[in-house]
Amino acid sequence: MKARVFITLKKGVLDPQGKAILGALRSLGFDEVRDVRTGKLIELELEGSSRDEAEKRIEGMCERLLSNPVVEDYRIEVD
Amino acid sequence: MKFGVVVFPGSNCDHDAYHVLKHILGRDTEFVWHGRTDLKGFDCVVLPGGFSYGDYLRPGAIARFSPVMEMVVDFARKGGFVVGICNGFQILTEAGLLPGVLMRNRTLKFICDYVHVRVETTSTPFTSRYRDGEVLRLPIAHADGNYFADEDTLKILEDEDRIVFRYSTPDGRIEDSSNPNGALRNIAGILNRERNVLGMMPHPERACEGILGSRDGLRFFESIIDAIEGRPFL
Repeated sequence: MKARVFITLKKGVLDPQGKAILGALRSLGFDEVRDVRTGKLIELELEGSSRDEAEKRIEGMCERLLSNPVVEDYRIEVD
Repeated sequence: MKFGVVVFPGSNCDHDAYHVLKHILGRDTEFVWHGRTDLKGFDCVVLPGGFSYGDYLRPGAIARFSPVMEMVVDFARKGGFVVGICNGFQILTEAGLLPGVLMRNRTLKFICDYVHVRVETTSTPFTSRYRDGEVLRLPIAHADGNYFADEDTLKILEDEDRIVFRYSTPDGRIEDSSNPNGALRNIAGILNRERNVLGMMPHPERACEGILGSRDGLRFFESIIDAIEGRPFL
């Protein structure tokens, strides 16, 4: 089973990388870009067949290691 | 009296801390490998600077699950003195021994430079030899030193006198221009509630000999020795 975890910065947390990318996009003429927020994509390959069980386990992984709940949110997608 | 300097894979300031404690201050000091599972006999444990586990995922995120960290948490709960410098500070926040998080510098750049920090409280086992408001010149070397915590946490830190160092101008003014990395409220170092665990981004262990450009860090370690020997700091 494959799953993806998207780690993003919480609202209100400054993302200097996003700001730098925003500046670069604007300098290339992509003036329509209002804001850029960066994050991480973590791909997991898992044993087992229950999607619900996998989601629960991945939640545990996010809480304990994959994200820092002080500044980050996470979203899980299981195939 | 015995100091321990924890060595994670990727630590690179462990020898600096060991040198200061062992050779300059002449105290019994031992390296503590990260796989070790007891801290018996130690009075103070230093988590040194470096790039433990390559800073993979987030600085300190993987090191905090090293076997030794469970012992460090236990050691801290029992009142042992714990110092986290730079990467050590990042590990302490990831481990939940200190609040907040060290984020990427607002400039996105690794900064290796001298900065000035103002001593915000001397009521700690780590700063009792300084004067309140004294300005120290200490080196920094980090890409992730931008301290962040929510407003409630910042208020608690201030109300409980737990902010130990702030980035300042050479004459002690706290300004945005004196803030190298974007840390909220210019925070460079903080304490836990019980005041026996300290984390800081600047490197006092690299500022203990004149030949290195500053001796302002020496009294940091001398303060700890005082505290271990039972001299009051509150």
